[in-house]
Amino acid sequence: MARVRVGLFVTCLVDLMRPRIGFAALKLLETAGCEVIVPDTQTCCGQPAWNSGDAPGAVALAKKTIAEFEGFDYVVAPSGSCGDHIRTEYPGMFAAEPDWRDRATALASRTYELTDFLVTVLKVDSVPGDYEGTVTYHDSCAGLRGLGIKQQPRALLARMKGVQLKEMNACEECCGFGGTFSVKFGEVSAAIAGRKCDNILASGAQAVVGGDLGCLLNIEGKLRRMGDETTRVLHVAEVLAGDA
Amino acid sequence: MEIKSMRFKANASASLADMVLQGNLKNAKGKFVTKRAESLKDLDDFEGTRDAAVAIRNRVIDNLDLWLERFEQKALDTGAKVLWARDGAEVCRLVTEIAKSHGVTKVAKSKSMLSEEAGLNQALEAAGIQPVETDLGEYILQVDNNEPPSHIIAPAVHKSLNDVADLFHKVHGTPRKTEIAALTREAREVLRSHFLSAEMGLSGGNFLVAETGSVALVTNEGNGRMVTTMPRVHVVITGIEKVIPTLEDLATVMRLLPRSATGQSIPNYFSILTGVKKPEERDGPEHLYFILVDSGRADVVGGDFHAMLRCIRCGACMNHCPVYQTIGGHAYGWVYPGPMGSVLTPLYAGIENSIDLPHAATLCNQCGVVCPVKIPLPALLRKLREKQTERGLRPLAERIGLRLWAWAAQRPKLYALGARIGARYLKWLAGDSNRIRRLALAPEWTLGRDFPAPQGKTFRELYAARRREPEPRKTR
Repeated sequence: MARVRVGLFVTCLVDLMRPRIGFAALKLLETAGCEVIVPDTQTCCGQPAWNSGDAPGAVALAKKTIAEFEGFDYVVAPSGSCGDHIRTEYPGMFAAEPDWRDRATALASRTYELTDFLVTVLKVDSVPGDYEGTVTYHDSCAGLRGLGIKQQPRALLARMKGVQLKEMNACEECCGFGGTFSVKFGEVSAAIAGRKCDNILASGAQAVVGGDLGCLLNIEGKLRRMGDETTRVLHVAEVLAGDA
Repeated sequence: MEIKSMRFKANASASLADMVLQGNLKNAKGKFVTKRAESLKDLDDFEGTRDAAVAIRNRVIDNLDLWLERFEQKALDTGAKVLWARDGAEVCRLVTEIAKSHGVTKVAKSKSMLSEEAGLNQALEAAGIQPVETDLGEYILQVDNNEPPSHIIAPAVHKSLNDVADLFHKVHGTPRKTEIAALTREAREVLRSHFLSAEMGLSGGNFLVAETGSVALVTNEGNGRMVTTMPRVHVVITGIEKVIPTLEDLATVMRLLPRSATGQSIPNYFSILTGVKKPEERDGPEHLYFILVDSGRADVVGGDFHAMLRCIRCGACMNHCPVYQTIGGHAYGWVYPGPMGSVLTPLYAGIENSIDLPHAATLCNQCGVVCPVKIPLPALLRKLREKQTERGLRPLAERIGLRLWAWAAQRPKLYALGARIGARYLKWLAGDSNRIRRLALAPEWTLGRDFPAPQGKTFRELYAARRREPEPRKTR
C-alpha cells in the first residue's frame, strides 16, 4: 500500500510559540508510516477573523488554506480548534461559490485533529515516546464538542507505560481562553481559567496535558500567576512523541 | 427595561469583585448543572425528544402568522380577548387601559419576562395601579428597591439566604429569620392578602396552545394558580413566538422544559388555562385577555437568527455558560442574561446598544450542547459579530488590527517575517523568567495571568534549518 501523504497544518500559534509541538506531530505521523509534507506558505486557517466577524478575511484565508492543502490524502493539525474550524466551518462559508464549497467540503472530510487521526484513521497501536508521571487531561472545547475528541488522546496516553492518568473534576469545562475573548475580557477569562486551574491542582497530577496550544498557554499563564511553579503544562503531541 | 449592556465590561468587573455574589454563583452553578444531568437520566430518549421539540417549534415559527391566527380564533371561541402589541410601550398602554376599564387598583403578577422587557411595573405605578410580584424571587427583588432579575427562572439567584433574611427583616419589620421555611412562610403571609385583594392577575405564558386557545404555565410555588384564578381579570402577556400546535406537542416540549430548567421531571404546578369562567364553574377569571407581543420578534422571522425563536426559555444555556457562571446575570445589562441574552438583547434592544454581548462568550458551545431545542447559539453569536463588523460598530483599533492581520496572513513571506520578529520580541520580553507579567500588546491578557514565553524561533525557521541539515531526519 502506498504511504499516506499527510499535509501537516502546523497552526499559527504553534509556529509562533511552541515549534516543538509541530516537530512532535511530525515525528508521530512519520513514525506511524506517513509521508508528511509541511507546505511552507501556510499561515493561519482564518478562525480568528471568522470569530471576530471579519467574514471576507476569513474566506480569503480559507481559500488560501484549501489551495495549499487539497492535494494531500489528509490534513492533520495538532489542534482541535483549527481542525474543527476547517472541518465544521469551511463548507458553510461558500454558500455563494459552489466551486469553493465543493473544494471546502472535500478538504473538510479529510481534515483531522492529530490524536483523532492517529486513532481513527491510522489505528496506531503504539507511540514512540514514553513519559513518567501523573497527568490530567483538559478537554478543549472545539475538539470535544466540535470533533468528538475525548477517548482518542486518552487511548494513546494509555499506550505509555509510565503515564498515570488522574482525571480532574470538570475536565470538559472551558478554560476561559476563547481566542480573542482572552484579550477582550481579560478579567473574566482569567477568572474562568482560575476555576480550571483549581481543578487541575486538586487532581494532584504532575502535569496537565491538552490538545490545543491556546488553552495550554492560558492554563500555564494562570497557574504561574497563581504561584504554581511545578505543574507542567504539555501538549499531548509532546508527551506521545517522548519530547516532553 | 432600561438597557445597561454597554457597561458590560464594567459590570463584569464589579461582579468579579463582589465576593458575596461570587459565593452565591458558585453555589447555584452546581445545583443547576447537576440536577439537570440527573433528571435527564430518566428520560428514555433525550436526543429523540429534542429532535421532536425542534420540529414542533420549527413548524410554528416557519409559519408563525398562520399559527397565530389559529390560536387567536380558538382563544376567541373560549371567550378570551386577543390583543396585539407592537412593542413594550403598547404592552404598558394596553394593560393600563384594561386595568382602568375594570376599575383595577392592584395587579397580582406571576412571572413574566415580557413585562420586564416592557418595564410594565413602572408604567402601572405611574398610572396609580399597584403591581405586586408574587413569584418569591420576583417578590424579593421588588421589595429590594425594584432590583432587576439576574436569571430568567431564578430571578433572585444572585442573593444568598443571609441577603434575604436581612431584607425581610428590614421591609417586613419582623424579627430576622434564617430558616428558608420561615422566610417563605413570611412571604406567603404577606402575599396572601394581595391575592385576595387584587382585582387583576397578570401572568406570562410558557406556551400558547393553538389547538385549544389555552395558555400553559409552569410554576413551582402555586402563585401562578392564585394569580390566574382568583382575580376577576386575567391578562396573559407573551411573545408571539410562544405558540405550539397541539396538546400532544405540549406534552413533548414539557418533557424537556422542566428538566432543562430546574432538573425537575415535572414542575410543582403545571396549568393549562382555557377561557373565562363558565356559569357552572366556581373558579377562574370573568375576563381573560391575551396580549401577544412583537417587540422585535417579527423582524427575526426568516432571517439569520430565525432559530432563536425556537427558544423555550429554560435557562440551561446560562446555567452551563462559563461566562455567566463567573459574572452572573446583572452584568449582561438587560432582561435576558447568558448566551440567549447575548443573542436576544442585540436583536430586541438594538445591536448598537449591546456591542460587547456577542463577544462575551468563549464559543465553547456548552450552551449549544445543552439547549433542548438545539439553537446553535455560538453560530448566532458569531453571526452577530459579523453584523457588527458590517455596520462598522466595532472599535476602530480592533477593526484595523484584524484587517492588517488578515492581510498579512495572506502574504506568507511577510507573515513569516512578522512571526520571526514576534517570537523574538516576546522571548526578549520574558527574559530569563520564562513568562511575561505585563504584555503591552495585549494588556487584558496579563490582568489576571502571565503570558508564557515562546521558544524564540518559529517552527518555519527551525523546519527550514532542519531540512538543510545533511543527515536524514529520522536519525534524530
